[in-house]
Amino acid sequence: MDGKCSAQGWVYSALAEVCRRSSPAAKDEVSTMLETLLPILIFTALALAVIGAVRRIRLWRQGRPSRVNLLQGLMALPRRYLVDLHHVVGRDKMISNTHVATAGGFVAAAVLMILVHGLGIANPLLGGLLLLASTSMFVGSLFVARRRLNPPARLSKGPWMRLPKSLMAFSIGVFLITLPTVGLLPDGLVEGSGSWLLALVLAGVVVWGLGEMFFGMTWGGPMKHAFAGALHLAFHRRAERFGGGRSTGLKALNLEDEAAPLGVEKPTDFTWNQLLGFDACVQCGRCEAVCPAFAAGQPLNPKKLIQDMVVGFAGGSDAGYAGSPYPGKPVGEHQGAPHAPILAPVVMKEGKALVDAETLWSCTTCRACVEECPMMIEHVDAIVDMRRHLTLERGKTPNKGAEVLDNLIATDNPGGFDPGSRLNWAADLNLPLMADLKQVDVLLWLGDGAFDMRNQRTLRALVKVLRAAEVDFAVLGAEERDSGDVARRLGDEATFQSLAKRNIATLAKYRFQQIVTCDPHSFHVLGNEYGDFLQEGQGGSDFNASYEVRHHSTFIAELYDAGRLTFAPWKGGSVTYHDPCYLGRYNGEYEAPRRVLKALGIQVAEMERSGLRSRCCGGGGGAPITDIPGERRIPDMRMNDVKESGAELVAVGCPQCTAMLEGVVDASAEVRDIAELVADALVERPAGDVSGVSRRTTAVTTAEEVTL
Amino acid sequence: MRPEQQQKQQKPGIDVAVLVSIGRHPTTGRARRAEQDARGLELALAMEAELPGSRIDVLHAGSQDVDSEAALRSYLGMATGVGMGLESMTLLEQPEGSDAILPLVEHLAATSPQLVITGARAERGEGSGLLPYALAEHLGWPLVNSLASIETVENGVITLLQALPRGQRRRLKVRLPAIISVDEAAPAARQSAFGPARRATFLVAPTTSEADSELAQWHLSPARKRPKRLKIIKAASARDRFKAAASKAEGKGGQVLTDVTPEQGAEAIYKLLKEEGVLR
Ligand code: SF4
Ligand code: SF4
Repeated sequence: MDGKCSAQGWVYSALAEVCRRSSPAAKDEVSTMLETLLPILIFTALALAVIGAVRRIRLWRQGRPSRVNLLQGLMALPRRYLVDLHHVVGRDKMISNTHVATAGGFVAAAVLMILVHGLGIANPLLGGLLLLASTSMFVGSLFVARRRLNPPARLSKGPWMRLPKSLMAFSIGVFLITLPTVGLLPDGLVEGSGSWLLALVLAGVVVWGLGEMFFGMTWGGPMKHAFAGALHLAFHRRAERFGGGRSTGLKALNLEDEAAPLGVEKPTDFTWNQLLGFDACVQCGRCEAVCPAFAAGQPLNPKKLIQDMVVGFAGGSDAGYAGSPYPGKPVGEHQGAPHAPILAPVVMKEGKALVDAETLWSCTTCRACVEECPMMIEHVDAIVDMRRHLTLERGKTPNKGAEVLDNLIATDNPGGFDPGSRLNWAADLNLPLMADLKQVDVLLWLGDGAFDMRNQRTLRALVKVLRAAEVDFAVLGAEERDSGDVARRLGDEATFQSLAKRNIATLAKYRFQQIVTCDPHSFHVLGNEYGDFLQEGQGGSDFNASYEVRHHSTFIAELYDAGRLTFAPWKGGSVTYHDPCYLGRYNGEYEAPRRVLKALGIQVAEMERSGLRSRCCGGGGGAPITDIPGERRIPDMRMNDVKESGAELVAVGCPQCTAMLEGVVDASAEVRDIAELVADALVERPAGDVSGVSRRTTAVTTAEEVTL
Repeated sequence: MRPEQQQKQQKPGIDVAVLVSIGRHPTTGRARRAEQDARGLELALAMEAELPGSRIDVLHAGSQDVDSEAALRSYLGMATGVGMGLESMTLLEQPEGSDAILPLVEHLAATSPQLVITGARAERGEGSGLLPYALAEHLGWPLVNSLASIETVENGVITLLQALPRGQRRRLKVRLPAIISVDEAAPAARQSAFGPARRATFLVAPTTSEADSELAQWHLSPARKRPKRLKIIKAASARDRFKAAASKAEGKGGQVLTDVTPEQGAEAIYKLLKEEGVLR
């Protein structure tokens, strides 16, 4: 606080200086005045910014420790910003160009301004560059202003509405004060009695610009995103995401350490770089726009959630938030503090804690928000962290949650079925068991769909396909357990780790080259999350290193390419494909299912939201179990997407998606798993066909045959 | 707020002992918190919220190993954010196959809680459902079975709602100390949380244990599902069919005794038991 007061004093004396000097003035008096004033202003603003930065950093450091390589992160920063971040921002070309012009112009202008006006290096070349930079920034700010004229609902208003004006103030101010440096000052401008007034106005504009851009950057204005965002990119907790990588597995809780908190109870239970990440949010609302729970009118808005976390670690109420609320929850009733519980421990009569539990339980962990966020903020991590506290410490998993978790503990499957009945659906199929064979090429992982009558059809189809391609495979049968996906997403890390460790021990007994599963959730957990629990000698940190895990669509595509499957041409109507979140965004597999469909002779009529931007079916993250009511149902919205594509059939690759989409009443399209479509199209391989011959060419002809 | 608080202060809490056993999952046979005992603890926790100042002593008599420890801990995992200091449970440790009744009686007599809550029947071992009655007999306390809820506790008298067949309820006033046993009619137990369960501690109380000589002579084997007898319904209308499906078999004979002295009631029961050959 002291620093702030003395800095203010400095500004006042500077202004007094201005007044003293501004007699009805001549040209050089004005420029002398500017020459004196500008360095004072610039360094005052910089000093204030530094003080603000220290305060902000203190706020972040309230969080728990997290190991990141600070130096490496800082060195990687330019690349992460210029390449990775702009890769995401660039999905909206207009905004990315606007941002390049504005931010690039600002950074250049700020540096040059410090040199030219702060340190008084009145080099015409530097001055020229400065004019150029501020012009670029000004043009950018025009576009920012245009977007703010009629802003879409997802953008936050409030202080963000003044940002384009502040940007203009800064760029115009800098531009004008630089004109004399390059000797371009129009004579009439500063002559006569109005000149001191003009200089004062100019100084005012510069102060405004400096205030927003330097002071506001670290004291919590909209420009905070530049400061926090840069550091967030440098110290991101998932550095693997940069450079085109993927990092989607949840981070393990250390259950061995009894002193470590089980999840996040209060804002300071987040790691410091998570807090920093929340602070980087630009409130662009892209996450809000893609969130299925928000669209369904459930009380969740990922943008608001991130802002609430900022309110939490800085302390205060959410009344200052100027964006869309959680559907059905008015803004201004919730408050938080760094050491106060985020979720009210008991139902409070007056006022509320920071977040209501149903907000957290609405999330389907679809990761659409994370993929869409230009600041690469990790919403799902935060949500699961808080769910962990609710489940592990408070025993407050809503609705069917407790029952499902109890079942998982007692029977290793969420439905509470007899584990010995896992293979009942295949009683007539005579499936080879791992326990008998010990060594095969492919381990077929069934997943809990084995207990579900709808998914049993998919599994039977998949077995038919594997047999047609003469794949050497076996199943674990009763030895298989739930992968732990649902338990983990419901916050029950203890049950997840118990299941994971027992599954890993079972897998370690046998030898196989790859695991194939038709359940993307098992696929994700086995492939991306078991790695943390492997013992020494079980393949290191990456589960995929010792066992390759594949989704059945990937495997079928490979079988087809190897010429081991032959299909009859497709005779049905138009087909669309629904990307399961846990296959697409979690594992980056968009192409294989489409390749299989193409091989079947199907031309996919894509939905508007497909691939990376596919809309969730509503079945992930335990959402059907916690079942938080909204205005609409997520699967209904997705089936509506299907309808709009005009398809009569929607191909899926996930038991959850099948269940959710088939549960839609009066649906316009049929729901089939890719395995079923493939099994139906199988034809005997022509005799004499040499297996192992690449079939890519045949694939093309089949497609052409159909288009005829 | 004010008058409510004062009222609450007027009613001091009571000491409750909740007897818990190690359950057995019906499908997999894994150790777990026993369904009915967990409901008993739930009842105690709910009462504690109503009657601050109550103390809950969770009591288990039996052997302790890795499996059973996890099951016992999961009872204490129910004490989430309630703040009644339910961090530990009293363990009357005895070797497998010992009779639990005497140590329990001794402990209860020594600690003299006002209320003892127990599940009606254990999920493993004999599971005869006799324990509450044996305790009541030894301690000479009244016993109420099949409890649905506890309504009030005032001046040493507890008002209870007892569940009767077909959804009926009976309100009873019982002088403390008393034993109550719960079955499926009581509210379902809350979720057990990992954190509090992991932090729970065990206080081992000294016991004298005596081998259950009768049990030792028994031959135990897994139960077989008995085939259900088909109910042949000859009903003319849908209403009759519904009635037949919804009703339980009506007892034949019997008599309803009202306004009789306890002696007359006991006499009637004694006579019936003789007739049925239960008592000889
Ligand atoms: S969290 Fe990311 S996507 Fe959402 S508003 Fe903030 S910056 Fe935008
Ligand atoms: S993961 Fe999906 S459901 Fe959850 S907040 Fe993000 S977009 Fe919404």
